[in-house]
Amino acid sequence: MTAVSEAATSSAMRTREATVRRFAVTDMVFRAATRASAILVLVLLGGVAISLIAGSWEALSKFGFSFLTTESWNPVTENFGALAPIYGTIVTSAIAILIAVPIGIGIAVFLTELCPRPLRRPIGIAVELLAGIPSIIYGIWGLFVFAPFLQTTIQPFIISIFHGIPGLSSLFAGPPYGIGLLTSSLILAIMVLPFITSITKDVFDTVPAVLKESAYGIGCTTWEVTRRVVIPYTRVGIMGGVMLGLGRALGETMAVTFVIGNAHRISASLFAPGTTISATIANEFTEADGALYTSSLVALGLILFIITFIILALARYMLLRIDSRTGA
Amino acid sequence: MSTAQSLHRSRKRKNAVMMALCIIAAGIGLAWLALILGALLYKGLSGVNLAVFTEMTPPPGDAGGLLNAIYGSIIMTIIGIVVGTPIGVLAGTYMAEYGRFSRLTTVVRFINDILLSAPSIIVGLFVYELMVRPMGHFSAIAGAVALSILVIPVVVRTTEDMLNLVPNALREAGTAIGAPRWVVIRSVAYRAALSGIVTGILLAIARISGETAPLLFTALNNQFWSSNLNAPMASLPATIFQFALSPYEEWQQLAWTGALIITLTVLGLSIFARSLTGRREDR
Repeated sequence: MTAVSEAATSSAMRTREATVRRFAVTDMVFRAATRASAILVLVLLGGVAISLIAGSWEALSKFGFSFLTTESWNPVTENFGALAPIYGTIVTSAIAILIAVPIGIGIAVFLTELCPRPLRRPIGIAVELLAGIPSIIYGIWGLFVFAPFLQTTIQPFIISIFHGIPGLSSLFAGPPYGIGLLTSSLILAIMVLPFITSITKDVFDTVPAVLKESAYGIGCTTWEVTRRVVIPYTRVGIMGGVMLGLGRALGETMAVTFVIGNAHRISASLFAPGTTISATIANEFTEADGALYTSSLVALGLILFIITFIILALARYMLLRIDSRTGA
Repeated sequence: MSTAQSLHRSRKRKNAVMMALCIIAAGIGLAWLALILGALLYKGLSGVNLAVFTEMTPPPGDAGGLLNAIYGSIIMTIIGIVVGTPIGVLAGTYMAEYGRFSRLTTVVRFINDILLSAPSIIVGLFVYELMVRPMGHFSAIAGAVALSILVIPVVVRTTEDMLNLVPNALREAGTAIGAPRWVVIRSVAYRAALSGIVTGILLAIARISGETAPLLFTALNNQFWSSNLNAPMASLPATIFQFALSPYEEWQQLAWTGALIITLTVLGLSIFARSLTGRREDR
């Protein structure tokens, strides 16, 4: 009797030991798999950088630094310069941010201070749905609805207002094409608005209630509380949100491709067609014949990658700073 | 007294003006959403009929449908999700479970956040250099890989966030009854964070089903029916891009209809995804 039970116990011990050992091995394998996946994320970004550098090597070694400062883009003579797309990218993104930031902050103030509580979530979701709409939808809407509207109403009006005023008249010089730099900027502004709004709203929510209440307690109006307490407290976070929006605007492709006009030149007028880095790549990449043409387009991609990387890294750094403050 | 009163009045007035501007800003945001959706419904609905879902994309100036484009979009989205999701979930698991306090996690989180907002056209260029150039031709599988690269950061982010919300007491309870770590992760942490992780996957589907830029020079486009993963394949966004910029009225109508289909799919997915997490917050 006892011998049998002892044998049973020892065999149970053996299976238990085996199970524990098996568990340890599976755990190690699982851990290694998760770690490898995490490292893969790093490899991806490194791979992007390396492949872009390799792909653009031919163009960069031929044109050198002058690639950045040349306006000409001529596939026939194979002479390529990135100045016009860089100019278009920066101008459209900058105008988009100038328009989207005040509106985004306004919506965030509305949502945190003014909006009746039951409406907060639906309106917040509606604004965030703007972020979910694919960029090609903004493109087709911009081309068929928004650009004709601008062409027939707003642009002739602005041109006639500023006609004859030095500076402004060349900034808003006709003819009204509908498509062009300003139209792209407006579409971009709509697209980055939800990003700026949702981040601004999130950082507004991190302001301690005590701070706001003490300002209200000494008789401040809602605007004064926002201007003197909430915005100074969240300045870094708002900047992070703006940079994030800027990163989006710089790299946005499809919407801009529809409405920018794809013209490789730098015009003083905001109504003139232009091009951006991403629009140039989207429009010309599949049609590019010749290694140098393709390589120049990849070089444009590399420039865009470097610019957005820096902007996004700054954005994350600023958002991290506000995170660590609320965490403390 | 009168100066104090006028100061009070001017502050009140300033407040009213600024608050009115904020309400106008919110109005602008909502109005724009309504304008876009309205135009889509108005222009897209008139082209919705059975042929859209049963016929192939037509040659210029002919009637037809979007069947091959819808099929291509679904196939590449599915492959993109199937490839990207496991990698994303595993990476998120490492960051939240095994390496929560390691330096690798901090670096990966930073890089992942950058990948999350990196221009998708750059991903297209990357996959072109990685797959299309060595293979010598455009292919659906390259398109799917490009989409999966866009899936990974979304899933990593939500998985990590959701696992971090799981109370440690649950994990400790699992460990206390002798479960090894991966069993605790699988049966306790994943189960507790399931709705959040599913939300992340749904948002990833919503994001890639409308992506155009990474497909332009990976999967290219295809006017005909093709189920060959090693050949160019049509997709809804690429077809919309081609048809909308064409001078043919039938093509433009199909582009609007396709745009309506994509938008309804994407918005439906993101509202559904939000309702999943929203319910948990209320509880």
